[in-house]
Amino acid sequence: MKLPVSWIKDYVNINISVEELASLLTLAGLEVEEIRYVGWAMPDYAAGEKHEFKTYGLSWDPEKLVVAEIREVKPHPDADRLVLCDLFDGKDQHLALTGAPNLLQYKDKGAFEKPLKVAFAKEGSEIYDGHKEGQVLTKLKRAKIRGIESYSMVCSEKELGISDEHEGIIFLDDDAPVGTPLADYMGDAVFSIDILPNNARNVNVLGIAREVAALTNKALKRIDKKPYETSGDAIAEKVKIEIAEPELNARFVLGLIRDVEIAPSPYLVQRRLRLAGIRPINNLVDATNYAMFEVGEPLHAFDYDVLVERAKGKEIVISTRTAEEGEKLTTLDNEERTLQASNVLVCDEAGALSIAGVMGGLESEVTEDTKNVLLEGAAWNFINIRRTANHHNLPSEASYRFSRGVHPALAEDGVKRGLYWMQKWANGKIAPDLVDNYPLPPSDPVVTVTEADVKRLLGVEISAEKIAELLTRLEFSTQVEGTSVSAATPPIRMDIGEGIVGVADVIEEIARLYGYDNIPETRIGDPLPPQIGNPVHDWEEKLRDQLATLALQETVNYRMTSPEAQERLGSQGEFVKLANPSTPEKAVLRRSLMASVLEVVEKNARLRDSLAFFEIGPVFVPNKADLPDEPRKLAIAMTGRRQPSAWDTSDAPVMDFYDLKGVTHAFLAGLGLKDIVYTPADTSTQPGAAFHPGKSAQVTVNGVVVGAFGELHPVAAEKYEFADTAVLAAEFDLETLRGVQPAYEITPVPAFPPMLEDIALIVDESLPAAKVEHLIRQTGGKMLADARLFDVYRGEQLGEGKKSLAYALTYQAPDRTLTDKEAAKIRKKIVKRLEYEVGAELRG
Amino acid sequence: MLERLNEIEAAALEALESVKDDEALQAWRVAHVGRSAPIKMVYKEFGKLSKEERPAVGKRANEVKVALEAALTERAEAIKTAELARSLEEDHLDVTLPGRPVRHGGIHPATQTLRRILTILADMGFQVYTSREVESDEYNFQHLNFPVGHPAREMQDSFYVEGGKEDNPLLMRTHTSPGQIRAMREFAAESPENPPSIRISLPGMCYRYEQITSRSEIQFNQVEGLAVGENITFSDLKGTLNDFARRMFGQHARTRFRAQHFPFTEPSAEMDVECFLCEGEGCSVCKKSGWLEILGCGMVHPNVLQAGGYDPRRYTGFAFGMGPERQAMLRHNIKDIRYFWGNDARFLEQF
Ligand SMILES: [Zn+2]
Repeated sequence: MKLPVSWIKDYVNINISVEELASLLTLAGLEVEEIRYVGWAMPDYAAGEKHEFKTYGLSWDPEKLVVAEIREVKPHPDADRLVLCDLFDGKDQHLALTGAPNLLQYKDKGAFEKPLKVAFAKEGSEIYDGHKEGQVLTKLKRAKIRGIESYSMVCSEKELGISDEHEGIIFLDDDAPVGTPLADYMGDAVFSIDILPNNARNVNVLGIAREVAALTNKALKRIDKKPYETSGDAIAEKVKIEIAEPELNARFVLGLIRDVEIAPSPYLVQRRLRLAGIRPINNLVDATNYAMFEVGEPLHAFDYDVLVERAKGKEIVISTRTAEEGEKLTTLDNEERTLQASNVLVCDEAGALSIAGVMGGLESEVTEDTKNVLLEGAAWNFINIRRTANHHNLPSEASYRFSRGVHPALAEDGVKRGLYWMQKWANGKIAPDLVDNYPLPPSDPVVTVTEADVKRLLGVEISAEKIAELLTRLEFSTQVEGTSVSAATPPIRMDIGEGIVGVADVIEEIARLYGYDNIPETRIGDPLPPQIGNPVHDWEEKLRDQLATLALQETVNYRMTSPEAQERLGSQGEFVKLANPSTPEKAVLRRSLMASVLEVVEKNARLRDSLAFFEIGPVFVPNKADLPDEPRKLAIAMTGRRQPSAWDTSDAPVMDFYDLKGVTHAFLAGLGLKDIVYTPADTSTQPGAAFHPGKSAQVTVNGVVVGAFGELHPVAAEKYEFADTAVLAAEFDLETLRGVQPAYEITPVPAFPPMLEDIALIVDESLPAAKVEHLIRQTGGKMLADARLFDVYRGEQLGEGKKSLAYALTYQAPDRTLTDKEAAKIRKKIVKRLEYEVGAELRG
Repeated sequence: MLERLNEIEAAALEALESVKDDEALQAWRVAHVGRSAPIKMVYKEFGKLSKEERPAVGKRANEVKVALEAALTERAEAIKTAELARSLEEDHLDVTLPGRPVRHGGIHPATQTLRRILTILADMGFQVYTSREVESDEYNFQHLNFPVGHPAREMQDSFYVEGGKEDNPLLMRTHTSPGQIRAMREFAAESPENPPSIRISLPGMCYRYEQITSRSEIQFNQVEGLAVGENITFSDLKGTLNDFARRMFGQHARTRFRAQHFPFTEPSAEMDVECFLCEGEGCSVCKKSGWLEILGCGMVHPNVLQAGGYDPRRYTGFAFGMGPERQAMLRHNIKDIRYFWGNDARFLEQF
């Protein structure tokens, strides 16, 4: 909400600076987002005044910009479109040259009986250039224009930074005091205030003024309850109100004003409305808007004569009801709207007149010819209004307020205020009384709050008297009894609950006025609860560190993806689907984390020649009866060179299956796991065709399958835009992996020197290396500490279908140095066993 | 004979003068102290000498031999030193050539910031509590005191998931707060008459229906803190968060608390931290205000305590929530939030 500070000052004395006021409001929950200066002096940042807010705008020099009067408009001797203004600024006579089109009508009329009041800028004034796009500062200098010396000017709104208006100069109201600095007469600063949902009562001048009064402990100037004289027939004899659903329309108030004279509003009213972001129309429309801004009650003005005509001689019956589905109404913007059954309408006997609280209908709208006005103030259900405004895409000042909730008490205040301004500006005659149908007054809770309640929630001791005083400032009616305060909610707000909720609500108000700043800082006095830990979280964090240590980069992807993106790895089964996806690319929740990480490889394929990523996170599996399952997974993807190429190694080797196997084994070992077995992946249990059938493995730890990895299936790989190196990927189920017990003990570091020996064995090509290693280790027994494959060789001299596996054997006894003889014995046993079991032959 | 020994010595030493490298030195060694060197010849002719001559010649021959060997060693050292000096002078690299690139791993910046926050909170006794990402309307809104008709419950602000019930649809959680209810209920179940105190942190991914731009994302991490007990106050909340701010943003971090509104807390506040980029002077990051909005907080709403199984007449609590990505953006001057889930190596590598 944009609010001129001068307007707030109408209702409360302010003796602090604009910035201090903004700061006070901000801390109290009415965040001032920016301050726009329109005339008032801006803080001097150059002199070291601190920035607290985004500020901008124009200050008007009080010496140079003043109210002046034009006494005569004379023609320019050489130019038809220019005039010379004979002008008095309170001290001196001036001759100001201008081309303002709205002055031409006064040309050659001689000296005015009633001078024209204008905004006058003397030589040296800093104002905006009216002829340039946007706001460009310029300084008035003495110049000769078509032979006439010019050094001053009369200003347009654009030149003063009030609006973009540059069609003509400003005509001030007749009572503008000549010689007064403009900044004093009509300078301002405009706050942009962010209104929180519980602050609906403050979307208006009075609300903000009430807050300022409460925060600065000043009196709020109230609007006169009986502000105007009435005349003519009472409205009750002319109009009746019927409400079908009080839940949707708690109150409906109408007032009548006759014989209005439509004209522009006073300039100062127009200026305020402009600064508040509202376009002035005429004195009637402006009166409804001005009263709404003051009181907070959106008003609607009907052309009374149109309603009389529609009633065809009968009494006017205004009713409110929900629309028929598909019912049509042409709104004042000349759009035919098709209504929903939930929309509330204001009707008369002849049909719908307006969409309640959102927009008026075209037919009964006030026009330039309106003579008599029926003014509506009503209370609507805020949820209903919000939905209606959203549905019809009709955001407005009225629906903005109604959709946040306006207390029904304001309906009467608003109508009275609107009538008051109409009478003042349009000379109408107000009919006696109002018609008021109020079927559902709100409860306005009375809350009892004690000193102990305040201490318990805020941690500070505030006396009952002080509590009552603070709440009274916000217009609660309070009564102190001992340490307890009973506080009745004022009929302006609907954010205070009943019972213990009400206590919390009221304590928030106490805290705001007491000042959050004045509440001390303490350490929690409650004993620390038992510390529970989160082993799952801790374990995942350790896993992340393991993988980063192995030169893998963590990624975090969108959980939302598309079936197409996921199914590049083959069918994934059912997805959890979004009911309202923002885009087809993000229509389902991922089921394959591996697919997500592969997308990262794809995205970076051309950026780096060596890529290795991992991600840890949930996938989502639909669960018919209940919320989806969210099993947590680890996925890895690698491709490209084993190390990034350097200037002297442009053809470094690329990663293959065994690189990923190395990483896999290292992180599993890093988790303290021992019994890790790799077997060819069972492609029948793999989802889709993710892996190359011959280059993928399934990982079993302690007999439990924990995941699978391998080279991507060529069919899958083809669906991505990878570089031309093999892409390796893995996916592990973390709950399963976490369920596997890590080894309890580590292997001690031997105290005696080992015996080292290499053996090479020729075996059939089809024999898995793991089988050979298994036999070696089993036969070697306790004395064989390690058997490491260091070479695989194939060659003609070995014969067709044969390979040679070379192992580095480490013999080791825990308690002594083994002799050559002992080692030879073990070795002989191993070779024999391999000869017997798999037909191995000792090589050379 | 003695004369000859002198000549041998003089000749050898003279020859040594011109020896400049290892090869020449080897040749000199063979020629002057080798098996057939003149000095060795003297020894061979020893038998021909008279008995009287032998002691003097023997002594002198030994002297010459020792002297030549010493000279040899000395020369060898000198050559070695000279050669080393020469090789050090000649053997140098272009140190401006790039080092060989290493592929290194790393932790995602969002995780890094999460860790920082969670570590500080853990030090303060707030233990990590994680919960699910797809939630029901009941947990995400109803139990958190979002009344029916609250704007946040409008369809267009959240991602809904197919398969829920009419009156309890499923959605991607919009904050980690449903975890507060799950945690309270879990703890309260241990002892419904006498629920234990709670101090937990709730990290995790949340979702809001937004336009993805450089400033807004549909997916973001959040960390919440929750303390529930019989003596938890707003002043404790201020103390706890100021402690947190000093650890997270520096020993001298200044904070301010502004009134705010959240459905699930009452009173509610927003904690601003003095801008650590301009130290409160006002800059583009803090939008000239000198303050950075860091977290929302407040006293747990009575309805939320009730929904969690904690009697609001007996228990009070505070809760706070913050965005790790936002903090990372402020700390590293990241201008575009889309970098986080973009996973571009050029971004990730920088952390
Ligand atoms: Zn700053």
